[in-house]
Amino acid sequence: MSVAGLYNYWIVILLMMTGFYVVISSGNLVKKIIGLNLFQASVFILYISMGKVADGGAPILREGITHYSNPLPHVLILTAIVVGVATTALGLALVVRIREAYGSVEEDDIHRQDESL
Amino acid sequence: MIGTQLPALQVVVPLLAAPLCLALHRPFATWALTLTASALSMLVSILLLGQVLAQGVIDYAFGGWAAPFGIAYRVDLANAYVLLIVTTISTVVTIFARRSVASEVEAHNQGLFYTAWLLCLTGLLGITITGDAFNLFVFLEISSLSSYVLIAMGTERKALTAAYQYLIMGTIGATFILIGIGLLYMLTGTLNMLDMAHRLITVADSRTARTGFAFLTVGLGLKIALFPLHLWLPNAYAHAPSAVSAFLAATATKVAVYVLLRFVFSVFGVDFALGTMPLALGLAVLGTIAVLSASTVAIFQHNLKRMLAYSSVAQVGYLALGVSLATPAGLTATLLHLFNHALMKGTLFLALGCIAWRLGSVRLGDLKGLGYRMPWTMGVFVLGGLSLIGLPLTAGFISKWYLVLAALERGWWPVILVIIAGSLLAVIYIWRVIETAYLSKTNKTAGAGEAPLSMLLPAWLLAIANLYFGMHTGLSAGIATQAAAALFGIQP
Amino acid sequence: MRDNPVLRVVAKIIIPMILLFALYVQFHGDFGPGGGFQAGVIFAAGFILYGLVFGTEALRSAVPPGLLRWVISLGLILYTGVGIATMLMGSDYLAYGALAHDLIHGQHLGIFLVELGVGVTVSAVMVTIFLAFAGRNDP
Repeated sequence: MSVAGLYNYWIVILLMMTGFYVVISSGNLVKKIIGLNLFQASVFILYISMGKVADGGAPILREGITHYSNPLPHVLILTAIVVGVATTALGLALVVRIREAYGSVEEDDIHRQDESL
Repeated sequence: MIGTQLPALQVVVPLLAAPLCLALHRPFATWALTLTASALSMLVSILLLGQVLAQGVIDYAFGGWAAPFGIAYRVDLANAYVLLIVTTISTVVTIFARRSVASEVEAHNQGLFYTAWLLCLTGLLGITITGDAFNLFVFLEISSLSSYVLIAMGTERKALTAAYQYLIMGTIGATFILIGIGLLYMLTGTLNMLDMAHRLITVADSRTARTGFAFLTVGLGLKIALFPLHLWLPNAYAHAPSAVSAFLAATATKVAVYVLLRFVFSVFGVDFALGTMPLALGLAVLGTIAVLSASTVAIFQHNLKRMLAYSSVAQVGYLALGVSLATPAGLTATLLHLFNHALMKGTLFLALGCIAWRLGSVRLGDLKGLGYRMPWTMGVFVLGGLSLIGLPLTAGFISKWYLVLAALERGWWPVILVIIAGSLLAVIYIWRVIETAYLSKTNKTAGAGEAPLSMLLPAWLLAIANLYFGMHTGLSAGIATQAAAALFGIQP
Repeated sequence: MRDNPVLRVVAKIIIPMILLFALYVQFHGDFGPGGGFQAGVIFAAGFILYGLVFGTEALRSAVPPGLLRWVISLGLILYTGVGIATMLMGSDYLAYGALAHDLIHGQHLGIFLVELGVGVTVSAVMVTIFLAFAGRNDP
């Protein structure tokens, strides 16, 4: 298969590495969560694109459609999206509490305050 | 009738108790409910273990959909054994938790605390019992999300940053696991682990299988806190409420290790995982570094919870070494150490919980003369410490003995040296505590007195279990040997 | 935003429609795309719009947090309850076939109840999350 035929994987890899890089490099706690979301979104696309069957229609019974795309990855990713929402909500809730306790959402600031104790 | 429903009940009991806790919201009522649910789960896991010993592997199809299509639970000796560890520790620690949590968590949050506790228990049990790879991910996230909540309920504000750090690293780990499962699904078209194992035989030698394996092991490595991926653990355990430290230290990493074993032995097969892929070498090297470096770092800690957390990282090293031997004996040592380490870390963290309850601090400097002021609590700590070091007649000795025997069998002499060095380092960090508590002059008399009985009793229960399983290895080592043989036996 | 008459009037017209559409997605999930997760989120969106336009205090008085806690539990208990009911009827956990006299009816009833439980919990959780963030600094 050609490189262009696998373009969905290139998108996944690009998104994944972007998200991962943001998580690692950013010192801002909110931006880290955004990076984490991007990272998870890439996996959603990985799953959904693998469910596509060539010439397959939507997996709903209809006239004139003989093969269907695989609906299972969609169901799995629905669950994973819910998990992602929960993670994001919890992460942001922690950031709100951290901001109230430290007065900052910058990692360096927080470390400095912890060190000085 | 109830006998055939046990695998479902194992997860459903705590899952049903969690929303009830949320609705009840009163500290005592939720605690009582948590204890009941936990004790019932323990009963179920004992019955399950009995059934597995009597009849062999139990399959349970959810919703009546047969195995490769529906979600199936599959109980064999290895996971019945881990289920028993998790439910027992949860029950014992819940007894302890009432007074401890009452002093560390605000009253209006205690209902939520126990809800999160039950969800965490549900998740851990679900991970262990399920035979479906994606179901495993969902339960993994249930247990992880609730453990972030539990950790964030610690008293200091550092608990928040520790929980945040754990959330970021834990989510990356879980997403890696999700990618690994996705790649395997792509390759085999099934999520049922047994089915996956059968289908993987023909396609194991592909780049997708190798990549999936790599993602899975790295993701699990994060959850296990294997050496370079352990950075979240010391902070999380050090700042969580005492009961949570005890619960998570004794169960969470154990369950993650179990998942690694399940994938390595049951799904990929030992030849692929430890032969074709360089996992054995990786585990051996990282395990060695973990034992030596984390034990050394533990010596320099002033916060005792953090010291024990580093010791946990070192203990994970022993577990990894056992797996890396790639023999039934090595696997037996790992499974046995899962059990024994749960006992000793549970004991030690409960002792620290008693100290924290009385002194409000677990810093080494505050422990001066504590051996005379809280003799029962320090007695527990000493017993747990001896077991951690691996003194004969304690549970810790048994697991190290099995590990040494397994290493001898393979002729891996350096591993034995590592075990001895790790034990000596453990002697140093445990001795520091004993020296401070018994041999240094008391600098203040305030805060004298023991912890309440409801906290001492569970701590002593675990401490005595350490001694019991150090002398009677029939249950622990017997089942571990059989489970290891079974894991090796069902390799494709 | 409370003083803007356009927003207030539009919100009052739109909110019932959002809720109705949520119910459609919920109950049509049997035959077409839809289901508890989506419906729950849409249902919650109606409440969140109310909170945005009329303020979190108004939303809090409409759905007090104590009630939300009960509703979250109720959905989950409905879900696990269906499973336990099938177990009590001598079948496996969540084997809906046992719920009615024949398999097809049982499946319909089972998935209907389970999705209802999911929808109830998801909508209550979403509103709780919104209130937890937006209403954080309320007195």
